[in-house]
Amino acid sequence: MTQGGSAAAAARSPDYSNVQLTALVALRMLIGWHFFYEGLAKLLNPYWTSAGYLSESKWWFSELFVSLAASPGTLSVVDFLNSWGLVAIGLGLMLGCLTRAATIAGMVLLFLYYIAAPPFVGYVYAMPAEGAYLIVNKVLIELAAMFVLLVFPTSMIFGLDRLIFWKRIAGGRSREVLTAAEGVR
Amino acid sequence: MSDERTNDVVGQAGQEPEATEMTGKGIGRRDVIKALASIPIFGVFFYSFFKKKAGDDFRRSEILAELGVSEGAPAYIPEAISRSPGEHVRVGIIGFGGEGESLVRNAGFAHPEWIAERQEEMKEDPRNDWYQSYIDQEDLNISITGVCDVFDVRAERGLAASKVDLRPGGGRVMPEATRFLRYTDMLESPDVDAVIIATPDHWHSQMTIDAAAAGKHVYCEKAMTRTEEETRAMYEAVKSSDIVFQLGHQNRQVESHMKAREIIEKDILGPICLIETTTNRNSPNGAWVYDIHEEGSPETIDWEQFEGPAPNKVPFSLERFFRWRCWFDYGTGLSGDLLSHEYDAVNQILDVGIPHSAVASGGVYFYKDGRDVPDIFQAVFEYPDRDLTFMYSATLANGKRRGKMFMGHDATMEVGSGLTVRAERESTRFEQKIDDDIIDPSLPLFTYRPGFKGIDAVTSATEEYFASRGLLYTYRGGKRVSAYHLHIKEWLDVIRNGGDPSCNIERGFEEAMTCHMATRAYQLGRKVEWDPVRRRIV
Repeated sequence: MTQGGSAAAAARSPDYSNVQLTALVALRMLIGWHFFYEGLAKLLNPYWTSAGYLSESKWWFSELFVSLAASPGTLSVVDFLNSWGLVAIGLGLMLGCLTRAATIAGMVLLFLYYIAAPPFVGYVYAMPAEGAYLIVNKVLIELAAMFVLLVFPTSMIFGLDRLIFWKRIAGGRSREVLTAAEGVR
Repeated sequence: MSDERTNDVVGQAGQEPEATEMTGKGIGRRDVIKALASIPIFGVFFYSFFKKKAGDDFRRSEILAELGVSEGAPAYIPEAISRSPGEHVRVGIIGFGGEGESLVRNAGFAHPEWIAERQEEMKEDPRNDWYQSYIDQEDLNISITGVCDVFDVRAERGLAASKVDLRPGGGRVMPEATRFLRYTDMLESPDVDAVIIATPDHWHSQMTIDAAAAGKHVYCEKAMTRTEEETRAMYEAVKSSDIVFQLGHQNRQVESHMKAREIIEKDILGPICLIETTTNRNSPNGAWVYDIHEEGSPETIDWEQFEGPAPNKVPFSLERFFRWRCWFDYGTGLSGDLLSHEYDAVNQILDVGIPHSAVASGGVYFYKDGRDVPDIFQAVFEYPDRDLTFMYSATLANGKRRGKMFMGHDATMEVGSGLTVRAERESTRFEQKIDDDIIDPSLPLFTYRPGFKGIDAVTSATEEYFASRGLLYTYRGGKRVSAYHLHIKEWLDVIRNGGDPSCNIERGFEEAMTCHMATRAYQLGRKVEWDPVRRRIV
């Protein structure tokens, strides 16, 4: 969107087909739904804490994650940021509101989840997992799916970003700008 | 074709701004619709969200209403409100071995080496926060003024701890304690108000009797005594004195046990006919094969004083000194060391008192190291007046965790550092709710998780996993506290303000007699009974 208005950007429009657009928006909604509910469920459960997940951390960054869990002060900050972060990211994706920022934030969060407890060979976690994983787990797959959303944005076509960025993009020649916006990387 | 359609979409959208450009806003109706395209999905989300929440809340409130148990921490917590420390109490410690050192540390005086080691451990692993737990302790406003141990090295350690310069809770650094070579000298000292007795069991009774005669308050480690006769003598001495006596069953302070008591009082389990408790250890340390200190010798250990009231006098033995729990001359093995804990927890939760009868069996099957106490030991106690059997099963040669189970007709309660209640599938009381799918017998009815705010009607495997961990600590207002610390604090509070400690001489008498019934049944190889009139084991 930063290139919005330039003819070059307009020329790079990916021109989604209806099916492509449907698939991308559906993926955005599903991931947004997942984040939103994960966040709400944590906010509504007074007993929820990330302490268990963090203190089970393995691999290179385990010291950092464990130290976060060890201090009640930092733990409450982590819990707060995580729950509200999930809610905000979920809303961003579902509403198509500041979706690019939400997508990047979601990827960062998923990346942290992944490196905190990667399913590498030889690592056994006491926390029960709902499946069997070797290097690739669902966190990593969701992370990759969000990468797809990042490079194939749809929030300017279906989403509040259409209105949020309207003024900026409407400053130029509308049709070209919008075409660029809808196809922008 | 796809290109055409995309262009169509873009074209439609693109036309709107042009069409509305005259209004100066540049946003058309179609743009707003597209911008808000996800609203129907939100509709579905919130519909299902509130439906699920309403269902969960309904089940939860139905279950809690049925049970009548409050959420949150136990309703009754002794000393829940911290009182002002009050007058200064000068404490003497008799026996500065592993347990004695731990008690003194939890009273606010850690040995400097212990502090250094824990600080080092914490650097390596922040989860290892023993040091922090020590430093966060409340200052009990006491000083350690006397140390008595028959082993010079341990006495010196006690002296070093008494003047440690890193005190928890902002406590002052205290002057070094006096070392007394004999405990009787300590009891005569005007600088000692109260004593902690953490010697081998065979000394507990005589020392407490002497302390009571000298007017010194007593905190005595469990098991209370080594024999039935000692128990009676000790009971009489404490009862006829004004001292405050606390037996060292720190489980009395554990929140989950208080919650368990509440659950029993609400009759959630239905008739309880069987209680199963266990000990499961599988290490030399767990079987009392403790390290023999390299400096231990007839020169550094006062062997004669160590033996004291032990029935059989033998020549100096490092094994017997450092691993005394392995011989009936000094203790009662599993009975006094670990059955005593399990029994006292059950007595705390159910007020069972002394059983009608006991049988016991076992043997030295694994540690054939010269010990005479069994390493596999089973005891069964009958309470016909209460239609109840209390069973204790112990092994020192296998570590599989077996929980403490209260087995009722309507539900089973497993008590550890946490607490889990599961409904019985064939329960009478919960039959309707099981039929209505409000209660699922395959899930815990609820789990009480220490450290958190309360109990949860619907729980997950993850939460259960956490509930089953941790034993040395309990919780007050969500804050982790050492159970030892609380137990000593309770004793000091009663010394200062009056009242009755939770593990007083009555509870101690019950604990000791119950354990001795098991020991006697094992030794005699027959069933023994309690004569409630003559208050004797027969």
